[in-house]
This record gives sequence, C-alpha cells and structure tokens, in this order.
Amino acid sequence: MKKMSLFGLLGLVVRRDLLLAMRRRADVLTTLIFFVMVVSLFPLGVGPEMDMLRKMAPGVVWVAALLASMLSLPRMFSADYADGTLEQMMLAPQSLSVLVLGKIVAHWMLSGLPLALIAPVLGLQFDMSAPALGTLVLALLLGTPVLSMIGAIGAALTLGLRGGGVLVSLLVLPLCIPVLIFGAGAVEAVTSGMSAASNLSFLGAFMLFALVFTPFVASQALRISME
Amino acid sequence: MNWAEFFAMKGYAFYVWGSYGVALLVFAIEIMLIRNRRKQALRNLRLMRDEMGESV
Amino acid sequence: MAINWFKYSAPTTFYGLAGKLIPYFAWPAAILFAIGIYIGFFVAPTDATQSEAYRIIFLHVPASILSMFIYLIMAGYAALGLIFNTRLSSMMAQALAPTGALFAFVSLWSGALWGKPMWGAWWVWDARLTSELILLFLYLGYIALHASIEDTRRADKASALLAIVGSVNVPIIYFSVKWWNTLHQGATIKMSGTSMHIAMQQAMFAVMAACWLYAIAVALARVRGIILEREANTQWVNDLPEVKQMNGEHS
Repeated sequence: MKKMSLFGLLGLVVRRDLLLAMRRRADVLTTLIFFVMVVSLFPLGVGPEMDMLRKMAPGVVWVAALLASMLSLPRMFSADYADGTLEQMMLAPQSLSVLVLGKIVAHWMLSGLPLALIAPVLGLQFDMSAPALGTLVLALLLGTPVLSMIGAIGAALTLGLRGGGVLVSLLVLPLCIPVLIFGAGAVEAVTSGMSAASNLSFLGAFMLFALVFTPFVASQALRISME
Repeated sequence: MNWAEFFAMKGYAFYVWGSYGVALLVFAIEIMLIRNRRKQALRNLRLMRDEMGESV
Repeated sequence: MAINWFKYSAPTTFYGLAGKLIPYFAWPAAILFAIGIYIGFFVAPTDATQSEAYRIIFLHVPASILSMFIYLIMAGYAALGLIFNTRLSSMMAQALAPTGALFAFVSLWSGALWGKPMWGAWWVWDARLTSELILLFLYLGYIALHASIEDTRRADKASALLAIVGSVNVPIIYFSVKWWNTLHQGATIKMSGTSMHIAMQQAMFAVMAACWLYAIAVALARVRGIILEREANTQWVNDLPEVKQMNGEHS
C-alpha cells in the first residue's frame, strides 16, 4: 500500500463509511424523519398561535437536532466492533485518532449535515424570518459537528454495552448543553434584532476546541473499551 | 426562649425545616446504605469461605 | 526519614488506615454541624428582607460548593487511576461519586425550598441552580456508566475518562449557563453581595467544615466496602478478623 498522507487516510475512512451507510440508506433517513417528526410535534402540543411558535422555534429545532444526533451515535462504532474491523483499525500503524476523526466526519455527514439542510423547511412551519433561518442553518452547521464529536466519546465508552443507546444520551447530553445554549441563542439574537456574531463565534470556538481534543479522547476511550 | 415560636420560624417553618430535615434524612440514608453494603460484603465473604471450607 | 507514601496506596494497608480514620472525621463532623446550626439559628440575627427563610443558606451554599469540589476531586482520583493504573484511586473515585451526587441533590432541594419564599416559585432558572442541575446529571452519568460495565477494570477506566471530560466541561457549562441566564432574566438577587453578619459567616464556615469532614468519613467508609467486594478472593481479606467470625455474629 503506497505511503498515504493523513488527509488521504481521512478521506478513505470517510468514503468507506459513507459507502457503507448508503448500502443501508434507511439509517440515514431515520435520523432525518425523527428530526422532522419531533419538530412537527411541538405545534400540536403547544397550539397553533404563530407568535408563540415563532418564539419557541429556535429552541425546538435545536433540541430536536440534539436528540436526532444522539439517535444515530451507537451505530458509529457498533458495526465495525461487531465484525472485527475496529480491532484491525486499532492495530493499523496509522494513528487511531485520524481514523476516529474520519468516522466522526462520516457520522456528521449522515446526521448533522442533513439536519442543517432540512432545518429551513421546518423553520417555515414556525414562520421564522429569512435572516433567522440563515442563522439557524449556520448555527446548526457549526454546532452539529460538536454533537458528533462529543457523541463519539460517549459511543466509544459504551461500546458493546447492552442498553448502550440510552446510556450514550445520558452521558453526552449534559456535555452538549453549551452548544444548545449558544445555538438557540444565535437564532434568538437575530429574531430580536441583535447580531448573532458572538453566539456563532462561541459555537465556532466549541467546534475547534472539540476538533482538537475529541479524536484523541475518543481513541483512548476505544482502547479502554476494546482491552 | 419560646420553643414554639422558634420552630415556627416566623411562618417559614416548612421551608427551613423541610430543607434541613431532608438533608439530614439523606445523610442518614447514605450512612445506612454504606453499613448495609459492608454487612453484605462480609456475609458473602463468609459464605465463600464456608463453601471453600467444605470443598477442600 | 522518607515517608513511604506508597505504602498506603495499596488496598491492604489503606483498608486498615481508613478504618482507623473514620471516627476522627465522623465525630468532628457531627460536632461542627451542631455548632454551625446553633450559631446559624440562635446567634445569627433575623435578616431584614427575608426574615427567617435565609437560614437555609447555611445548608445550601456548603452543599453546592461541596458538590462542585467533590466532582473535581473525583475527576482527580479518576485521572490518577487512569494514568498510574492504581486501582485504589479508581475505587476512591467510585466511592466519592454517590456522596457528590447527594450533595448536589441537597443543594437543589434546599435551593428550591429557599427559592419558594424568596422568588415565589419552587424552581427558578437561576444560573447557579441550573448549573447545579447539570452537575447532578454529570454525576448520574458517571455512576450509570460505572454500573453498566461488568468488568471493573474497564468500568474504572471508562468512567475515569468520562469524569475527566466532564471536569473539563464543568467550567464551560457554568459559563454558558451564566451567559444564558443573564441574557434572559438579568442577575437574580446575589446573596453574597449583601455584607454577611459575622455570626452568619461563622455558621456557614462551621457547616461547610462539617460537610467536608462528613464527606471524607463517608467516602472512606464506602471505599472500605468497595475494597471488600473487589478483593474478595484475596488471602488478606479472608484473614480479616471480621471475616473470621461466624455468620451469625454482628460484625
């Protein structure tokens, strides 16, 4: 195998995971359908008054995004864990962190990205203004990677445990609260006329902070779970 | 020092004694749980020893 | 004479040491708590604005501080256990978690009971109370993860990693909740702002010290239980006097 740059390796892992996911397209759709369903439930529960819904919209969309990305977390490593490829990955000479980063990017492209792209459609359900929708998509694009990254740590820690799905959410949701606060805060700032620059920069800071640390921590978690 | 007046806490008795009462209750339960855990561990140890005693 | 600290880091010697230390922490804790309550209720004056309800502060503030610091100490022990592979540190972290969670619960409970007379509602989305609630979730996450893994070695290491990640996140959560709170509601009444009467400070300090001693005593007692469970098949445990007695006698 010719010497591969780390980015080449990253691309390889991402391509592989996307290919695998495309074979079982249902998984991708379930996350999306769950997100749309949860968001659509709120008006039924709260009532159709538009001004109420408009005020709640950012929070509802963000909480639904958090829950939807928790849904697909256990699948991040479980398939490879089951058929042994995860062990091969750990034995590979390349750094495990890059492999894990590849899996995180793949997971994000299957859960975070679709959510961000479909969010405007749901925003219309809540009669959100155009700038608010724009900020919502931007905030989701900045925030959902953090959910996948922190989620990767949770998924690695609960590898192979029965009842792992619920456990991951219990471990990861408290850690994602800052993302929720600044994500919803960004959209709300725009709807109330202020600029969302500060909120978005916080989200960007969280993402970079997570980008630096989570691959390493998640690979340590994998080593612990696979001992 | 009129005890009744003291315990009334000027009408806030429920809140004051509610928080202190629950706190002391929680600490007592915690202590009881630890003693119980120790007793359980010792009982298991003795059972294991008795079984080992018979099988050897 | 170099003290061999590592002598006490082995469960065998630590078990005996902890057993001897517990009374030295437990009794002073009870005494200090009584002193704190006495000063708090009999010496401290009635507060101008909140009359008697403010006396809950002598419990609420120590409990909140304790719950936060115990989490950091627990993460410290967990990190030690992860790095040096010393099993006693992981046991200590596991022993501290329930006590920290209980202090977080006491802090939330007393905060709610204090909020009702002061702010008129059982639960107020105040920055500190909200961060305390999230801290309780972090504790529960740690305990749940540790409990759901059978193999104790993996459970120790996995929960240690979670505790470390959690402790890095605690300041971030506290900051973002404070940002979120001041954004929506403005700073609620700050108790620490008003100059506290000397008796109040004494009472607070006494209750705080009592809670610290109590936490240490309870953690030592629980870690002894954990040692008994984990080292069940070792020879030194079976030679312990309390194991030697017949089953019927009270240990």
